Amino acid sequence: MIRIESLAKSFGRNTALSEITLQLSAGQCIALIGPNGSGKTTLLKCILGLVKPSAGEVWVNGIPAAGNWGYREHIGYMPQVGRYPDQMKVRQVLELIRQIRGREAARHTDAGLIGAFGLEEVMSQRMHTLSGGTRQKVSATLAFLFDPPILILDEPTAGLDPVANELLKEKIRRQCERGKLIIITSHILSDLDDVATDVLFLQEGRMQFFKSLASLKEETREDRLSRVIARIMQREKP
Amino acid sequence: MKKIISFVAGDILRNRTVLAYTAVLLLFSLGLFSLEPRPEKALLSLMNIVLVFVPLASIVFSTIHYYNSAEFMELVLAQPVARSRVLLVEFAGIALALVLAFLVGVGLPVLWHGAGTKGILLVLGGVMATVVFVALAFLGAVTFRDKAQGIGFALILWFFFALVFDALLLLVLYNFSEYPLERAVLVLTMLNPIDIARMMIITRMDAAALMGHSGAVFREFLAGAWGWVVAWLALLAWGAAPLAVAVRIFNRKDL
Repeated sequence: MIRIESLAKSFGRNTALSEITLQLSAGQCIALIGPNGSGKTTLLKCILGLVKPSAGEVWVNGIPAAGNWGYREHIGYMPQVGRYPDQMKVRQVLELIRQIRGREAARHTDAGLIGAFGLEEVMSQRMHTLSGGTRQKVSATLAFLFDPPILILDEPTAGLDPVANELLKEKIRRQCERGKLIIITSHILSDLDDVATDVLFLQEGRMQFFKSLASLKEETREDRLSRVIARIMQREKP
Repeated sequence: MKKIISFVAGDILRNRTVLAYTAVLLLFSLGLFSLEPRPEKALLSLMNIVLVFVPLASIVFSTIHYYNSAEFMELVLAQPVARSRVLLVEFAGIALALVLAFLVGVGLPVLWHGAGTKGILLVLGGVMATVVFVALAFLGAVTFRDKAQGIGFALILWFFFALVFDALLLLVLYNFSEYPLERAVLVLTMLNPIDIARMMIITRMDAAALMGHSGAVFREFLAGAWGWVVAWLALLAWGAAPLAVAVRIFNRKDL
Protein backbone atom coordinates (compact mmCIF):
# COMPACT_ATOMS: atom_id res chain seq x y z
CA MET A 1 0.00 0.00 0.00
CA ILE A 2 2.85 2.35 0.78
CA ARG A 3 6.20 2.02 -0.95
CA ILE A 4 9.14 4.20 0.02
CA GLU A 5 12.37 4.18 -1.94
CA SER A 6 15.71 5.63 -0.76
CA LEU A 7 13.91 8.49 0.91
CA ALA A 8 16.10 11.24 2.35
CA LYS A 9 15.33 14.59 3.89
CA SER A 10 17.60 17.25 5.26
CA PHE A 11 16.71 20.61 6.76
CA GLY A 12 19.65 22.82 5.89
CA ARG A 13 22.66 21.02 7.33
CA ASN A 14 20.65 18.68 9.53
CA THR A 15 19.84 15.29 8.12
CA ALA A 16 16.40 14.23 9.32
CA LEU A 17 16.06 11.05 7.25
CA SER A 18 18.41 9.07 5.06
CA GLU A 19 18.18 5.95 2.93
CA ILE A 20 14.73 4.82 3.98
CA THR A 21 13.42 1.99 1.82
CA LEU A 22 10.22 0.29 2.90
CA GLN A 23 7.21 -1.64 1.74
CA LEU A 24 4.15 -1.44 3.98
CA SER A 25 1.12 -3.62 3.27
CA ALA A 26 -2.51 -3.93 4.22
CA GLY A 27 -3.24 -5.61 7.54
CA GLN A 28 -0.04 -4.39 9.13
CA CYS A 29 -0.10 -2.26 12.23
CA ILE A 30 3.30 -0.67 12.38
CA ALA A 31 4.78 0.72 15.57
CA LEU A 32 7.11 3.50 14.46
CA ILE A 33 9.47 4.06 17.34
CA GLY A 34 12.73 5.82 18.05
CA PRO A 35 14.21 8.47 20.31
CA ASN A 36 13.19 12.14 20.12
CA GLY A 37 14.40 13.72 16.91
CA SER A 38 14.93 10.38 15.18
CA GLY A 39 12.78 11.44 12.22
CA LYS A 40 9.48 9.72 13.02
CA THR A 41 7.26 12.73 12.41
CA THR A 42 9.30 13.75 9.35
CA LEU A 43 8.76 10.28 7.86
CA LEU A 44 4.99 10.52 8.45
CA LYS A 45 4.93 14.03 6.97
CA CYS A 46 6.77 12.80 3.87
CA ILE A 47 4.05 10.20 3.34
CA LEU A 48 1.39 12.90 3.78
CA GLY A 49 3.15 15.29 1.40
CA LEU A 50 3.54 17.92 4.12
CA VAL A 51 7.31 17.67 3.89
CA LYS A 52 8.97 17.51 0.47
CA PRO A 53 11.71 14.84 0.34
CA SER A 54 15.25 15.89 -0.62
CA ALA A 55 15.69 12.59 -2.47
CA GLY A 56 13.82 9.36 -3.04
CA GLU A 57 10.15 8.71 -3.59
CA VAL A 58 6.97 7.71 -1.79
CA TRP A 59 4.09 5.86 -3.48
CA VAL A 60 0.70 5.42 -1.89
CA ASN A 61 -1.47 2.79 -3.59
CA GLY A 62 0.70 3.17 -6.68
CA ILE A 63 0.37 6.96 -6.84
CA PRO A 64 3.56 9.00 -6.31
CA ALA A 65 3.13 11.42 -3.41
CA ALA A 66 5.28 14.11 -5.04
CA GLY A 67 3.16 16.57 -6.98
CA ASN A 68 -0.14 14.81 -6.19
CA TRP A 69 -2.76 15.40 -3.56
CA GLY A 70 -5.60 13.07 -4.58
CA TYR A 71 -3.92 10.02 -3.00
CA ARG A 72 -4.56 11.48 0.44
CA GLU A 73 -8.20 10.37 0.21
CA HIS A 74 -6.80 6.94 1.16
CA ILE A 75 -5.26 8.29 4.36
CA GLY A 76 -6.67 9.32 7.71
CA TYR A 77 -4.27 11.38 9.83
CA MET A 78 -4.22 12.15 13.51
CA PRO A 79 -1.62 14.81 14.36
CA GLN A 80 0.49 14.93 17.50
CA VAL A 81 -0.97 18.25 18.62
CA GLY A 82 -4.55 18.96 17.67
CA ARG A 83 -5.18 22.70 17.58
CA TYR A 84 -8.42 23.90 16.05
CA PRO A 85 -9.99 27.28 15.27
CA ASP A 86 -11.07 28.57 18.70
CA GLN A 87 -14.57 29.67 17.83
CA MET A 88 -15.61 26.71 15.68
CA LYS A 89 -18.02 24.18 17.08
CA VAL A 90 -17.07 20.50 17.11
CA ARG A 91 -19.83 19.84 14.58
CA GLN A 92 -18.44 22.55 12.29
CA VAL A 93 -14.93 21.11 12.40
CA LEU A 94 -16.24 17.68 11.37
CA GLU A 95 -18.37 19.29 8.65
CA LEU A 96 -15.43 21.36 7.41
CA ILE A 97 -13.23 18.31 6.91
CA ARG A 98 -16.16 16.48 5.29
CA GLN A 99 -16.56 19.39 2.85
CA ILE A 100 -12.86 19.36 2.04
CA ARG A 101 -12.82 15.61 1.39
CA GLY A 102 -15.73 15.99 -1.01
CA ARG A 103 -18.97 14.16 -1.60
CA GLU A 104 -17.41 10.79 -2.31
CA ALA A 105 -15.92 10.68 1.19
CA ALA A 106 -19.16 11.61 2.88
CA ARG A 107 -20.73 8.37 1.63
CA HIS A 108 -18.60 5.92 3.57
CA THR A 109 -18.32 7.28 7.03
CA ASP A 110 -17.47 5.49 10.21
CA ALA A 111 -18.90 7.49 13.07
CA GLY A 112 -18.16 4.73 15.59
CA LEU A 113 -15.74 6.80 17.63
CA ILE A 114 -18.22 9.67 18.03
CA GLY A 115 -20.50 7.38 19.98
CA ALA A 116 -17.71 5.54 21.76
CA PHE A 117 -16.12 8.76 23.01
CA GLY A 118 -19.50 10.34 23.81
CA LEU A 119 -18.78 13.30 21.53
CA GLU A 120 -22.48 13.89 20.76
CA GLU A 121 -22.72 15.85 23.98
CA VAL A 122 -20.02 18.33 23.00
CA MET A 123 -21.03 18.73 19.32
CA SER A 124 -22.33 22.28 19.90
CA GLN A 125 -19.40 23.39 22.03
CA ARG A 126 -16.70 25.64 20.66
CA MET A 127 -13.26 24.14 20.30
CA HIS A 128 -11.54 26.48 22.77
CA THR A 129 -13.84 25.32 25.56
CA LEU A 130 -12.75 21.69 25.19
CA SER A 131 -10.11 20.02 27.35
CA GLY A 132 -6.91 18.74 25.75
CA GLY A 133 -8.13 15.15 26.02
CA THR A 134 -11.45 15.92 24.36
CA ARG A 135 -9.66 17.70 21.53
CA GLN A 136 -7.52 14.58 21.16
CA LYS A 137 -10.74 12.56 20.85
CA VAL A 138 -11.93 14.88 18.09
CA SER A 139 -8.60 14.35 16.27
CA ALA A 140 -8.93 10.57 16.55
CA THR A 141 -12.53 10.69 15.35
CA LEU A 142 -11.51 12.75 12.31
CA ALA A 143 -8.80 10.26 11.36
CA PHE A 144 -11.24 7.32 11.34
CA LEU A 145 -14.34 9.21 10.17
CA PHE A 146 -14.05 8.63 6.43
CA ASP A 147 -13.08 4.98 6.73
CA PRO A 148 -9.74 5.35 4.89
CA PRO A 149 -7.66 2.22 4.12
CA ILE A 150 -4.53 3.79 5.64
CA LEU A 151 -4.31 5.40 9.07
CA ILE A 152 -1.42 7.51 10.29
CA LEU A 153 -1.56 8.22 14.00
CA ASP A 154 1.10 10.44 15.56
CA GLU A 155 1.19 9.89 19.35
CA PRO A 156 -2.51 9.02 19.47
CA THR A 157 -2.72 7.98 23.10
CA ALA A 158 -0.84 10.84 24.77
CA GLY A 159 -3.33 12.82 26.84
CA LEU A 160 -6.20 10.35 26.66
CA ASP A 161 -7.76 8.99 29.84
CA PRO A 162 -7.46 5.20 30.41
CA VAL A 163 -10.99 4.49 29.21
CA ALA A 164 -10.58 6.44 25.97
CA ASN A 165 -7.14 4.92 25.54
CA GLU A 166 -8.58 1.40 25.65
CA LEU A 167 -11.42 2.37 23.29
CA LEU A 168 -8.96 3.77 20.77
CA LYS A 169 -6.66 0.73 20.98
CA GLU A 170 -9.66 -1.55 20.48
CA LYS A 171 -10.62 0.50 17.43
CA ILE A 172 -7.10 0.28 16.02
CA ARG A 173 -6.96 -3.49 16.56
CA ARG A 174 -10.31 -4.06 14.82
CA GLN A 175 -9.40 -1.82 11.88
CA CYS A 176 -6.13 -3.68 11.49
CA GLU A 177 -7.98 -7.01 11.43
CA ARG A 178 -10.22 -5.58 8.73
CA GLY A 179 -7.13 -5.26 6.54
CA LYS A 180 -6.18 -1.62 6.99
CA LEU A 181 -2.65 -0.36 7.14
CA ILE A 182 -1.98 1.51 10.36
CA ILE A 183 1.15 3.42 11.32
CA ILE A 184 1.48 4.58 14.92
CA THR A 185 4.22 6.49 16.64
CA SER A 186 4.33 6.51 20.39
CA HIS A 187 6.73 6.78 23.28
CA ILE A 188 4.40 4.73 25.42
CA LEU A 189 5.59 1.31 24.34
CA SER A 190 3.08 -0.51 26.51
CA ASP A 191 0.29 1.05 24.44
CA LEU A 192 1.81 -0.37 21.27
CA ASP A 193 2.18 -3.86 22.73
CA ASP A 194 -1.47 -4.74 22.30
CA VAL A 195 -1.92 -3.41 18.79
CA ALA A 196 1.31 -3.57 16.78
CA THR A 197 2.11 -6.37 14.36
CA ASP A 198 5.42 -4.94 13.19
CA VAL A 199 8.07 -2.64 14.61
CA LEU A 200 9.98 -0.01 12.65
CA PHE A 201 12.84 1.46 14.64
CA LEU A 202 14.40 4.76 13.57
CA GLN A 203 17.54 6.29 14.98
CA GLU A 204 19.14 9.52 13.78
CA GLY A 205 17.10 9.37 10.61
CA ARG A 206 18.18 5.84 9.71
CA MET A 207 16.17 2.67 9.76
CA GLN A 208 17.67 0.37 12.42
CA PHE A 209 15.28 -2.51 11.80
CA PHE A 210 11.82 -3.31 10.47
CA LYS A 211 10.62 -6.68 11.73
CA SER A 212 7.45 -8.35 12.87
CA LEU A 213 6.78 -8.12 16.57
CA ALA A 214 6.50 -11.91 16.83
CA SER A 215 9.93 -12.49 15.35
CA LEU A 216 11.47 -9.83 17.58
CA LYS A 217 9.97 -11.44 20.65
CA GLU A 218 11.35 -14.80 19.59
CA GLU A 219 14.79 -13.35 18.87
CA THR A 220 15.10 -11.65 22.24
CA ARG A 221 13.04 -14.12 24.29
CA GLU A 222 11.11 -11.26 25.83
CA ASP A 223 7.38 -10.75 25.70
CA ARG A 224 6.98 -7.03 26.32
CA LEU A 225 7.85 -4.54 23.60
CA SER A 226 9.68 -2.28 26.06
CA ARG A 227 11.90 -5.21 27.14
CA VAL A 228 12.45 -6.24 23.53
CA ILE A 229 13.68 -2.75 22.64
CA ALA A 230 15.84 -2.54 25.78
CA ARG A 231 17.45 -5.87 24.82
CA ILE A 232 18.20 -4.75 21.31
CA MET A 233 19.66 -1.44 22.46
CA GLN A 234 21.92 -3.27 24.94
CA ARG A 235 23.04 -5.70 22.28
CA GLU A 236 24.01 -2.87 19.96
CA LYS A 237 26.03 -1.07 22.61
CA PRO A 238 28.13 -3.82 24.24
CA MET B 1 -15.76 26.13 -1.20
CA LYS B 2 -18.14 28.94 -0.18
CA LYS B 3 -19.17 26.99 2.88
CA ILE B 4 -15.56 26.47 3.96
CA ILE B 5 -14.78 30.18 3.55
CA SER B 6 -17.85 31.08 5.58
CA PHE B 7 -16.72 28.71 8.37
CA VAL B 8 -13.30 30.34 8.48
CA ALA B 9 -14.74 33.88 8.34
CA GLY B 10 -17.35 33.03 10.99
CA ASP B 11 -14.65 31.76 13.32
CA ILE B 12 -12.64 34.98 12.89
CA LEU B 13 -15.67 37.27 13.29
CA ARG B 14 -16.27 35.80 16.74
CA ASN B 15 -12.69 36.52 17.71
CA ARG B 16 -12.45 39.10 20.50
CA THR B 17 -9.73 41.10 18.76
CA VAL B 18 -11.88 41.49 15.64
CA LEU B 19 -14.86 42.55 17.75
CA ALA B 20 -12.68 45.15 19.48
CA TYR B 21 -11.37 46.31 16.07
CA THR B 22 -14.94 46.82 14.84
CA ALA B 23 -15.82 48.72 18.01
CA VAL B 24 -12.80 51.03 17.72
CA LEU B 25 -13.62 51.81 14.08
CA LEU B 26 -17.22 52.55 15.03
CA LEU B 27 -16.01 54.84 17.79
CA PHE B 28 -13.74 56.78 15.39
CA SER B 29 -16.43 57.17 12.74
CA LEU B 30 -19.31 58.09 15.01
CA GLY B 31 -17.08 60.35 17.09
CA LEU B 32 -15.77 62.28 14.08
CA PHE B 33 -19.19 62.69 12.51
CA SER B 34 -20.69 63.99 15.74
CA LEU B 35 -17.77 66.33 16.55
CA GLU B 36 -17.45 67.79 13.05
CA PRO B 37 -20.62 69.32 11.64
CA ARG B 38 -19.35 69.46 8.04
CA PRO B 39 -19.38 65.90 6.69
CA GLU B 40 -16.60 66.59 4.18
CA LYS B 41 -14.17 67.61 6.92
CA ALA B 42 -15.20 64.65 9.05
CA LEU B 43 -14.57 62.37 6.07
CA LEU B 44 -11.11 63.83 5.58
CA SER B 45 -10.15 63.21 9.22
CA LEU B 46 -11.71 59.76 9.08
CA MET B 47 -9.68 58.99 5.95
CA ASN B 48 -6.46 59.93 7.71
CA ILE B 49 -7.25 57.60 10.58
CA VAL B 50 -8.58 54.78 8.41
CA LEU B 51 -5.60 54.71 6.05
CA VAL B 52 -3.15 54.35 8.94
CA PHE B 53 -5.07 52.21 11.39
CA VAL B 54 -6.78 49.75 9.00
CA PRO B 55 -3.52 48.59 7.31
CA LEU B 56 -1.84 48.14 10.71
CA ALA B 57 -4.70 46.15 12.22
CA SER B 58 -5.14 44.05 9.05
CA ILE B 59 -1.50 43.08 8.62
CA VAL B 60 -0.79 42.35 12.30
CA PHE B 61 -4.00 40.43 12.94
CA SER B 62 -3.66 38.32 9.76
CA THR B 63 -0.04 37.49 10.53
CA ILE B 64 -0.81 36.36 14.08
CA HIS B 65 -3.85 34.42 12.93
CA TYR B 66 -1.83 32.60 10.28
CA TYR B 67 0.73 31.38 12.81
CA ASN B 68 -1.98 30.41 15.31
CA SER B 69 -3.77 28.29 12.72
CA ALA B 70 -0.61 26.54 11.47
CA GLU B 71 -1.47 23.22 13.18
CA PHE B 72 -5.01 23.22 11.88
CA MET B 73 -3.81 24.03 8.36
CA GLU B 74 -1.49 21.04 8.64
CA LEU B 75 -4.43 18.80 9.45
CA VAL B 76 -6.39 20.26 6.54
CA LEU B 77 -3.42 19.72 4.20
CA ALA B 78 -3.31 16.05 5.19
CA GLN B 79 -6.70 15.76 3.43
CA PRO B 80 -7.04 15.29 -0.34
CA VAL B 81 -6.82 18.97 -1.28
CA ALA B 82 -4.34 21.16 -3.16
CA ARG B 83 -2.12 23.41 -1.08
CA SER B 84 -2.88 26.54 -3.05
CA ARG B 85 -6.58 26.05 -2.44
CA VAL B 86 -6.07 25.84 1.31
CA LEU B 87 -4.04 29.04 1.39
CA LEU B 88 -6.54 30.89 -0.82
CA VAL B 89 -9.48 29.76 1.34
CA GLU B 90 -7.64 30.93 4.45
CA PHE B 91 -6.90 34.27 2.75
CA ALA B 92 -10.49 34.68 1.60
CA GLY B 93 -11.78 33.86 5.09
CA ILE B 94 -9.58 36.40 6.87
CA ALA B 95 -10.05 39.10 4.24
CA LEU B 96 -13.82 38.61 4.23
CA ALA B 97 -14.03 38.81 8.02
CA LEU B 98 -11.90 41.95 8.24
CA VAL B 99 -13.77 43.62 5.36
CA LEU B 100 -17.07 42.90 7.12
CA ALA B 101 -15.68 44.35 10.36
CA PHE B 102 -14.61 47.47 8.42
CA LEU B 103 -17.99 47.79 6.71
CA VAL B 104 -19.74 47.70 10.07
CA GLY B 105 -17.24 50.00 11.76
CA VAL B 106 -16.85 52.62 9.01
CA GLY B 107 -19.22 51.77 6.14
CA LEU B 108 -22.45 51.95 8.15
CA PRO B 109 -21.69 55.29 9.90
CA VAL B 110 -20.58 56.83 6.58
CA LEU B 111 -23.80 55.74 4.85
CA TRP B 112 -25.86 56.82 7.85
CA HIS B 113 -24.47 60.34 7.64
CA GLY B 114 -25.20 60.44 3.93
CA ALA B 115 -21.63 61.16 2.88
CA GLY B 116 -22.40 60.46 -0.81
CA THR B 117 -19.82 59.56 -3.46
CA LYS B 118 -16.90 60.74 -1.36
CA GLY B 119 -18.03 58.53 1.49
CA ILE B 120 -18.38 55.53 -0.78
CA LEU B 121 -14.87 56.18 -2.11
CA LEU B 122 -13.54 56.22 1.43
CA VAL B 123 -15.24 52.90 2.17
CA LEU B 124 -13.88 51.37 -1.05
CA GLY B 125 -10.40 52.66 -0.22
CA GLY B 126 -10.59 51.09 3.23
CA VAL B 127 -11.80 47.77 1.82
CA MET B 128 -8.93 47.71 -0.68
CA ALA B 129 -6.41 48.65 2.03
CA THR B 130 -7.70 45.73 4.11
CA VAL B 131 -7.36 43.22 1.27
CA VAL B 132 -3.89 44.47 0.25
CA PHE B 133 -2.50 44.28 3.78
CA VAL B 134 -3.97 40.83 4.43
CA ALA B 135 -2.17 39.71 1.24
CA LEU B 136 1.09 41.30 2.43
CA ALA B 137 0.63 39.56 5.80
CA PHE B 138 0.38 36.19 4.03
CA LEU B 139 3.56 36.89 2.09
CA GLY B 140 5.45 37.49 5.33
CA ALA B 141 3.86 34.61 7.20
CA VAL B 142 4.69 31.95 4.60
CA THR B 143 8.25 33.28 4.30
CA PHE B 144 9.21 33.25 7.98
CA ARG B 145 8.90 30.07 10.02
CA ASP B 146 9.31 31.99 13.28
CA LYS B 147 6.26 33.88 14.54
CA ALA B 148 8.27 36.76 16.06
CA GLN B 149 10.10 37.32 12.76
CA GLY B 150 6.83 37.22 10.85
CA ILE B 151 5.22 39.83 13.10
CA GLY B 152 8.38 41.95 12.89
CA PHE B 153 8.24 41.82 9.10
CA ALA B 154 4.56 42.82 9.17
CA LEU B 155 5.32 45.84 11.36
CA ILE B 156 8.23 46.92 9.16
CA LEU B 157 6.05 46.74 6.05
CA TRP B 158 3.34 48.82 7.69
CA PHE B 159 5.85 51.33 9.04
CA PHE B 160 7.38 51.66 5.59
CA PHE B 161 4.13 52.21 3.69
CA ALA B 162 2.43 54.34 6.33
CA LEU B 163 5.32 56.65 7.26
CA VAL B 164 8.75 56.07 5.70
CA PHE B 165 7.61 56.05 2.09
CA ASP B 166 5.97 59.47 2.31
CA ALA B 167 8.97 60.92 4.13
CA LEU B 168 11.26 59.68 1.34
CA LEU B 169 8.89 61.10 -1.24
CA LEU B 170 8.99 64.49 0.47
CA LEU B 171 12.77 64.30 0.59
CA VAL B 172 12.89 63.70 -3.16
CA LEU B 173 10.45 66.53 -3.80
CA TYR B 174 12.38 68.91 -1.58
CA ASN B 175 15.78 68.15 -3.11
CA PHE B 176 14.61 68.28 -6.70
CA SER B 177 12.18 71.14 -6.29
CA GLU B 178 13.73 72.91 -9.31
CA TYR B 179 12.55 70.15 -11.64
CA PRO B 180 9.03 69.42 -12.88
CA LEU B 181 8.44 66.28 -10.81
CA GLU B 182 4.65 66.06 -10.85
CA ARG B 183 4.49 63.14 -13.27
CA ALA B 184 7.35 61.32 -11.55
CA VAL B 185 5.58 61.68 -8.23
CA LEU B 186 2.45 60.29 -9.81
CA VAL B 187 4.38 57.17 -10.83
CA LEU B 188 6.11 56.88 -7.45
CA THR B 189 2.76 57.09 -5.69
CA MET B 190 1.71 53.88 -7.43
CA LEU B 191 4.46 52.12 -5.44
CA ASN B 192 2.55 52.60 -2.20
CA PRO B 193 -0.95 51.09 -1.85
CA ILE B 194 -1.88 53.45 0.98
CA ASP B 195 -0.96 56.47 -1.15
CA ILE B 196 -2.96 55.17 -4.11
CA ALA B 197 -6.06 54.86 -1.94
CA ARG B 198 -5.44 58.27 -0.39
CA MET B 199 -5.04 59.94 -3.81
CA MET B 200 -8.20 58.36 -5.13
CA ILE B 201 -10.20 59.72 -2.22
CA ILE B 202 -8.55 63.09 -1.75
CA THR B 203 -8.67 64.24 -5.38
CA ARG B 204 -12.46 64.03 -5.22
CA MET B 205 -12.52 66.38 -2.26
CA ASP B 206 -12.14 70.13 -2.10
CA ALA B 207 -8.98 69.64 -0.07
CA ALA B 208 -7.19 68.74 -3.31
CA ALA B 209 -7.12 72.45 -4.11
CA LEU B 210 -4.66 72.89 -1.25
CA MET B 211 -2.14 70.53 -2.82
CA GLY B 212 -0.77 73.01 -5.34
CA HIS B 213 0.50 71.98 -8.71
CA SER B 214 0.93 68.26 -7.84
CA GLY B 215 -2.64 68.24 -6.68
CA ALA B 216 -3.75 69.62 -10.03
CA VAL B 217 -1.76 66.95 -11.91
CA PHE B 218 -3.21 64.18 -9.75
CA ARG B 219 -6.67 65.58 -10.18
CA GLU B 220 -6.32 65.74 -13.91
CA PHE B 221 -4.91 62.20 -14.03
CA LEU B 222 -7.64 60.70 -11.87
CA ALA B 223 -10.40 62.73 -13.49
CA GLY B 224 -10.06 60.78 -16.74
CA ALA B 225 -11.42 57.25 -16.98
CA TRP B 226 -7.97 56.03 -18.02
CA GLY B 227 -6.22 57.34 -14.89
CA TRP B 228 -8.96 55.95 -12.72
CA VAL B 229 -8.56 52.50 -14.26
CA VAL B 230 -4.76 52.63 -13.85
CA ALA B 231 -5.09 53.55 -10.17
CA TRP B 232 -7.57 50.73 -9.54
CA LEU B 233 -5.42 48.22 -11.41
CA ALA B 234 -2.38 49.28 -9.38
CA LEU B 235 -4.33 48.77 -6.17
CA LEU B 236 -5.57 45.36 -7.32
CA ALA B 237 -2.03 44.38 -8.30
CA TRP B 238 -0.92 45.29 -4.79
CA GLY B 239 -3.32 42.62 -3.52
CA ALA B 240 -2.80 40.00 -6.22
CA ALA B 241 1.00 40.07 -6.53
CA PRO B 242 1.92 39.37 -2.87
CA LEU B 243 -0.77 36.70 -2.73
CA ALA B 244 0.54 34.99 -5.89
CA VAL B 245 4.09 34.98 -4.52
CA ALA B 246 2.81 33.66 -1.17
CA VAL B 247 1.02 30.76 -2.93
CA ARG B 248 4.21 29.92 -4.83
CA ILE B 249 6.27 29.81 -1.66
CA PHE B 250 3.59 27.89 0.22
CA ASN B 251 3.37 25.22 -2.50
CA ARG B 252 7.06 24.37 -2.12
CA LYS B 253 7.38 24.71 1.60
CA ASP B 254 7.97 22.03 4.27
CA LEU B 255 5.31 22.20 6.94
